[in-house]
Amino acid sequence: MKVIDIKNITKTYTDSEVEVHAVNGVNLSFEQGEFAAIVGPSGSGKTTLLNMLGGLDTPTSGEIHIGGTNMASLKGSQLIDFRLYNIGFVFQAYNLIPVLTAKENAEFILQMQGIPKKERETRVVELLTAVGLGDRLDSRPSKLSGGQQQRVAVARALASKPKFILADEPTANLDSNSTENLLDIMEELNREEKITFIFSTHDARVVKKAHRVITLEDGKIISDEVKAIH
Amino acid sequence: MNYSKVAWRNIWRNKSRTVITVLAIVVAVFLSSIMTSMQEGTYSRMIDNVVKFYTGYLQVHHPDYWEKKTINNTFIPTDTLLQVISQTSGVTRYAERLESFTLLSVGDQTRGGALIGIDPVRENEITNLSHWIDTGAYLKPHDDGLLLTSNVAKSLGAQLGDTLVLISQGYHGASAAGLFPVKGIIRFASPQLNNLGAYIDITRAREFFSAYDRATSVVILLENQDLTNEVHSQIAQTLGSRFSVKSWNEIQPEIQQMIDADRSGGVVMKVILYLIIAFGIFGTVIMMVSERKRELGVMVAVGMRKGRLATILLLETLYLGLIGVAVGFAFSMPLIAYFVKHPIPLPSEVAKSYETFGIEAALYFSGNSIIFIRQISIVFIITLIISLYPVLKALNLKLTKSLRA
Repeated sequence: MKVIDIKNITKTYTDSEVEVHAVNGVNLSFEQGEFAAIVGPSGSGKTTLLNMLGGLDTPTSGEIHIGGTNMASLKGSQLIDFRLYNIGFVFQAYNLIPVLTAKENAEFILQMQGIPKKERETRVVELLTAVGLGDRLDSRPSKLSGGQQQRVAVARALASKPKFILADEPTANLDSNSTENLLDIMEELNREEKITFIFSTHDARVVKKAHRVITLEDGKIISDEVKAIH
Repeated sequence: MNYSKVAWRNIWRNKSRTVITVLAIVVAVFLSSIMTSMQEGTYSRMIDNVVKFYTGYLQVHHPDYWEKKTINNTFIPTDTLLQVISQTSGVTRYAERLESFTLLSVGDQTRGGALIGIDPVRENEITNLSHWIDTGAYLKPHDDGLLLTSNVAKSLGAQLGDTLVLISQGYHGASAAGLFPVKGIIRFASPQLNNLGAYIDITRAREFFSAYDRATSVVILLENQDLTNEVHSQIAQTLGSRFSVKSWNEIQPEIQQMIDADRSGGVVMKVILYLIIAFGIFGTVIMMVSERKRELGVMVAVGMRKGRLATILLLETLYLGLIGVAVGFAFSMPLIAYFVKHPIPLPSEVAKSYETFGIEAALYFSGNSIIFIRQISIVFIITLIISLYPVLKALNLKLTKSLRA
């Protein structure tokens, strides 16, 4: 089942009257349960593509359909609500809310969805335990290591049961152990819960784990390789 | 975890900055409350002094008296009229007066002046006239004598025991003439009042002016000045158009003008204080928003509506303002309450000059709740205006730009 369908999208910026095509005529689709990495050198358009997939940015031309919904048809709060219910985000710099504990950070999304307190708590504790932070529920981000913060970010992204998770260079600020640990958790969630993960990354370890690797250069897809899953 | 809790925690992310901002508000609220309380307390006392010196809080006249102050524009203060006055709630005392212009003469010296007929007992209860006797004695009821103000006595060369010849026009054209021995000399603190003329017993004044049972005014004293407008309209309504009722600020508009002028001077000071509050909060709010650009972007990215984000930011600004106001009042209220009961005495040299003008020599404070409600409202409005900044920032947040910040 297609989760994402991208039809010939471009993103053009004008810089000092010079047009820069950050994404240039990309056609792409993702199925439910994919574990895909978008790779490419800096400036190749990875983050721009991911931002458009997440509804954080709009394409200059072309269409993005998520679960059958044309993203261009959503405006203002509709788009924000769409993200809330359908897309999970994991950012390079974790981007947790510093004044909230690990549990509250993950719960934050569910509260905005209007989920009752008891249900919220059960799900959040379950998720944080799944990412190995069952004993750090009440710790604020400043008391957690980078790896732990990123695991909270994964739990937050998963909390709303999104259609897919977009992770923009999620391992860029992590050491080897934390990276290994985080990738194992995400791979396990993908395998067992059939959650779709799409990464943008430079990290060879992520590429190695990915089941599909899409390579971008100058805003265009130059390869789209599906690996055999063992 | 609700939005108010998030906002509360956010303002304490940078404790020292929040403490400094709150302190700026505390100092401004403290100073403006103390200053306003002292100003209003002093005005109130000044009005009391002026009112008790001569005018009373209210005066009842013939409807034409204020336009043309002649003996013909007098009225008969009937028992019914005096009952209406004395039974109106808030009235503590009243006294009748009959006054007109007269020529005062002794030997070959003559000059003009006011001749004021007073009820010696009631007048003394209101204006404490006996306090100003310089030489001689105060009038007794139905006294035949006369009290002369000091400058008039000096220009006439009149002394105690001298007999003054008084000539004037009586009621409805009757001629008025009489002989009155000088019983006392009055020396007020104000030179202007010392030029006034003479006081005699009101019964003698009525005989002199052939204005039997009549009065030019009934002077009224109230429990406090705040009742002036209320009692004014109550008495005016009951008495109707046959009488005119004037309040102290209509009789002596220059006092009100002086207070208004002084008050506007205080307003400048308070505007400066409020600007300190405004800039203190605004500076903090700008920092709070700009250093969290990315965080705000993330919140919207993961699904927080901009309106909810604006609510959190609005609450943060309001908390800063409210904490400042609360702490400011916690400090200023007990101090003001103390000074309301214990006015600050003035240094002896200043005190002397105050006392010669019949004004009590101390700085008075007002505990009127309106002062504090006004302060709270002003700071609250300032905070609300400033909170527009983060609210607009949240509503106009550019997502990709914020996430790159």
